[in-house]
Parts: sequence; C-alpha cells; structure tokens
Amino acid sequence: MIIQTIRMALKAIAGNKMRSALTMTGIVIGVIAVVVLVAIGQGTTSSVTSSIEGMGTNLLTVNIRTYKNPITTDDLDVLKQNGSISGIAPTLTQSVTAEAGAVSYDSGSIVGTTPSYESIRNQTVVSGRFIKDPDLDNRSYVAVVGVDIADELFGTRNVVGETIKVDGYDFTIIGLLEEKGSTTSGSSDSQIIVPYTLAQRLYSETSVRTFYVSAASSADVTNAQAVVESYLNSRFGISADSSDNTESISRYYSVFNQSDMLSTLSDTTGTLTLMLGGIAGISLLVGGIGIMNIMLVSVSERTREIGIRKAIGASRGNVLTQFLVEALVVSLFGGLLGLGLAVGLAGILGRALSMTMVISPEIVILAIAFSMCVGVVFGIYPANKASRLRPIQALRYEG
Amino acid sequence: MIDMKDIVKQYKMGTQTVMALDGVSLKVREGEFVAIIGPSGSGKSTLMNIIGCLDAADSGEYKLAGLNVTDAGEGQLTRIRNENIGFIFQGFNLLGKLNTYENVELPLIYQRVKPAERKRRVLSALERVSLADRMNHRPNELSGGQQQRVAIARALACRPSIILADEPTGNLDSKTGREIMGMFKELHESGNTILLITHDSAIAEQAERRISIEDGKIKLPARKLTVFPGRPCETAAEACDGPEIQKEVRI
Repeated sequence: MIIQTIRMALKAIAGNKMRSALTMTGIVIGVIAVVVLVAIGQGTTSSVTSSIEGMGTNLLTVNIRTYKNPITTDDLDVLKQNGSISGIAPTLTQSVTAEAGAVSYDSGSIVGTTPSYESIRNQTVVSGRFIKDPDLDNRSYVAVVGVDIADELFGTRNVVGETIKVDGYDFTIIGLLEEKGSTTSGSSDSQIIVPYTLAQRLYSETSVRTFYVSAASSADVTNAQAVVESYLNSRFGISADSSDNTESISRYYSVFNQSDMLSTLSDTTGTLTLMLGGIAGISLLVGGIGIMNIMLVSVSERTREIGIRKAIGASRGNVLTQFLVEALVVSLFGGLLGLGLAVGLAGILGRALSMTMVISPEIVILAIAFSMCVGVVFGIYPANKASRLRPIQALRYEG
Repeated sequence: MIDMKDIVKQYKMGTQTVMALDGVSLKVREGEFVAIIGPSGSGKSTLMNIIGCLDAADSGEYKLAGLNVTDAGEGQLTRIRNENIGFIFQGFNLLGKLNTYENVELPLIYQRVKPAERKRRVLSALERVSLADRMNHRPNELSGGQQQRVAIARALACRPSIILADEPTGNLDSKTGREIMGMFKELHESGNTILLITHDSAIAEQAERRISIEDGKIKLPARKLTVFPGRPCETAAEACDGPEIQKEVRI
C-alpha cells in the first residue's frame, strides 16, 4: 500500500515536472542556505576555538603596566613554587626585520623567552631543538624560527644550522617550529625565538613586562589566576579592599584568562551560527509555503480525480496519505538535492575564500528532518482538505 | 440485495428546500437487472448516489447485501463502496494519468488485494471487456466505447455485489451504446446484479424490470389501478416489488 502510494505520488509529481521542479527549488534554496550558512558559522567557531587552543590551554597571560617595583625572573621563580601553577615563561617581544644574505623579511617578531615557553604555548619543534637553559646562561645567539621565516628567507624548511641576521646580530638557527597557521593574536609562524636573557640585554630591558602562566590543570586555572593576582597585589602594594576595584588594578597589571576568552568567543560564534541558521530557516519556511500553495492548487485541480478515487473506494486516509506523501516526496527530494548542492557549494566557497566550512552530521540530519517537517506541516492542510471532499460534490466538480 | 424503506432526502437551494427523494421504497433482488427511469430533476441521481453510498439519506432505512447502510460511518461507507459497488458513470470517470491496466487496478489497491491476485483479477476483467490488448493505453487514446468498457472492467475487478450504472450510454453514439448495453445483458446473464439509471426509455426497455421515478417518488404504473381496481397497491414499493408484480401489471 505504501509502495503504491509512493508510486502514485511520484507519478503525480512527474506528471507536472515544471511545477514540481519550481516547488522543489524553494526547498532546495532553503536547505542550501541553512547548510552553507551553518557550515560557515560552525567553521568559524571551530577555527577560532582551535586557534585559541593552539595558543595553549590552561593559559594565563599577564601584562605588567607599571614600572614601579619591577617584576623580575626571581618573582616568577617564587610564583612557580605554587602547586596550581605548572609552568611560567616570561617573554620580551619586538617587531624586527630579519635578513639572510640579500633577502629580508620585515613582518617577523623576535621573542625572548625561556625553555618552558615551549610547553606553555604548545609549541612543537619539528626539526632541531628548542631554547635550553644553557642558552639562557650563556646568552647564546641562537634562534628557533617559525615556518614563515624559513620559507621567506631561505625558501626551504631545512634551515637548522643556517645563520639569520636580526637588528645587526647574527643568530644560528637551532630549530624550526611546527606550522600553526594564522591565529587570532599573531602567528608563531613568523616568530624568531631567542633566549630571554639575550633579548633582555639586546633591548636593555631588565624587568619582566609579559609572562605566561600555565595552570596545572584546567580546574586549576581560576586558582592559578588568584595566586598570581594576590602575589602581584602584594607586590605592587594594592590593598585587599581595593582589589575589587578593577580599574585601579588595571593600571598596574592585567591577567588574561584563555578559557574565559574561549567561552566568550564560542558563545559569540554560537550566537552567530544560530542567527545565520535562523535567517536561512526563514527561506526554508518560504519554500514550505510554496509547497502548500502548490498543493492547494493541486487539490482543487484534482477535485474530480479525488471524487473518482473516493467513488471507487479510496478512504479519507488513502486520499490524505496520497497528498501528504506527495508533499513529503517533493520536500524530501528538495532537501536531498539542496544538501548535495550545499556540500558542493561549501567545498567551493571554502576553497575560494579559504574559509573553514564544517558540515556536521547534525546539520545534515537537521536539514533533512526540517525539510521533511516543512513538507508535512505545509502538506497537511491541503491533504486534509482533499480528504474531506464529499465524493458526489467532487464528482460533479467541473475543473 | 437492496432494501430501501421510506428514504427521504432534501436539499437546500438558497432559501428553498427541494425534496429530492420523498419516501422512496425499493427492493432489488440478487441477479436482477433493473432500470430506474425518470426525467431530469426526478431525483434518480440522488437515489443512485444514496444507493451507491456516495450520499446519505436524511431519513429512512437502507440495507445493502445485508449490511445496514443507514447507520454506517464514513469508514464503513468507504468499504461498502469499495467492496460492494461497482460504479459506471456517464462520463466514464477514468483517471487520465493512469493507463487502462492501472485504472482497473486502482480499486483493488484500495482493497489491499495482494499483487499477484490483483494482476490476475485485472487481466480477467480486461479479457471480459475484450480490452486486454489496450492495457497500456491512456484513456485519451481510447474511444468513448472503449473508455466505458475500461470503466466496466474497473467495476468488475472488485467483484461487487451490485453494478451501478448512471446513464452509461449517455455520452456514446447509439451503436456504441448498443454494444455497451449488450455487455450489460451479458453480465446480467452471468449472474451480476445490475442497477441502471437512465432517462431514455429505449435503454430502460432492455432491462428486466423498470422503476419509474418522478418528483422524488416512485411512480405507480397508471394501468395497474385500472386493471385491479379492487386491489390497489398501498405503496409504490409494493408496486415495484419484483418481477412477479410487474408481470401481473402487464396482464
């Protein structure tokens, strides 16, 4: 019976190809819009999330704003004793122009830091090694470089042992960092990492201006932040009373919590995805109204047919199912076609705009389910109308 | 087969109420070939619709093949239509998008007959109306007579208790009309109960028994009252109750 009903629906759809195609187009466009826009939204979310995670999880970024009572590496050693802190690394960053032979690269930055930076910032050395303690003690002119530096200056990634000139000083390259791609706060791909002590000497900076703290675990992040804040408060003589006065504290230092940022950003992108999906959903709704419109036309056009069917024994249920299945088939075909086109379009867009597109199974199921829902919801009224026709009136109808 | 008592049906036309059927009583036995004859507006189509369970009477009793139709709900009426009644219409009423085979098959699909059995019955019905070679033709590729034969095959395929034909020759030329009437006679001879509705007395003549209807009432044959003045029929139903009485009237 169901097979027969589907066959009848297909026949009715095929009997009116142009109209069916146009009706389907509404659903197709709706589904494409939903899938592609949500893919863009989810792609953005995932690329933002992964770039933040790429900077290291459990991460606190501390910026010192005052020159009173300068913080030194000794202070960091004290902080490091705390159980909730697993690592701490000061950094000293300068924008520089790097040269190798006649080639120069001016969008690099030099970062002086300590060996623990490697694990705190999730850096991986793909060849050679990272900065080690003896390099700090000896203030060696050694550098670990990002892939952009290697590509731009040497045209190869086989750069360990090469010499690079930064601000007139020659550095021996001892390692190459793994490619990270662009991140929200400057890429490590264009960094030149040198020993912290050497950077301090080169840029005549004795105090620590920026340091990264990694908490022992994600549960310790808040703890670690409190430890750092209370240490800095006492260090700068900020009383406990004014500790909730964030504005006065921010004149001395700021602590930036990576997980806060992550959740804020994913909230934002989540809202964005929802909004894009919602807007696209409206077009799917419009497609549904198109189905309803056509089905209503079809019901009045086929009044006589319905009358004949009823006279030879079709029940209300038979007629209802027939029209509902027709609406469902149109919307399902539209949905599947739209999905196929959307996957293709997402691929093309992703490549053309070098955007990350994520088509999750959830959205695929959602798009299909939603288009079927549209078919049922907007098909039920016309189908019901058809099934309620009295056979004699329907038979007399001159369409 | 059909047993109707005091069937009343009214229609509202604007402010006026039209009495389409005014206390019609009627009996048709199994295997009979009955013609209901009446001019247009006499209520014969309304009667046919009620007999065919396409419409419900306002009052009265109606039994079809032992089933009480008066109390039947929508679902039951659908089943009765499907299983007990084979309709043949003036305008053929075939589905234009289906071919001959599919048109005949359709009521069997609604009856949920198994595919193999369905095929057997469709083919034998088509054989019967000699249209087996036109199986894949659409109605618009067939002549009027052929279309009506498809409709007859569709009615036969259901093995109905009664075949209801509403002006079956009305849209056909007289030669084809005779062919179709010949087919009805054949069906009657092989044991089918046939109820024919027509305004054409020449067509009605070919039936075994005729019932006249006028202004919503079964008309008493005028001669009867004069032939049997001492024993008038009390109701129209009695007058029309079977071939025996009809024969008496003829005497």
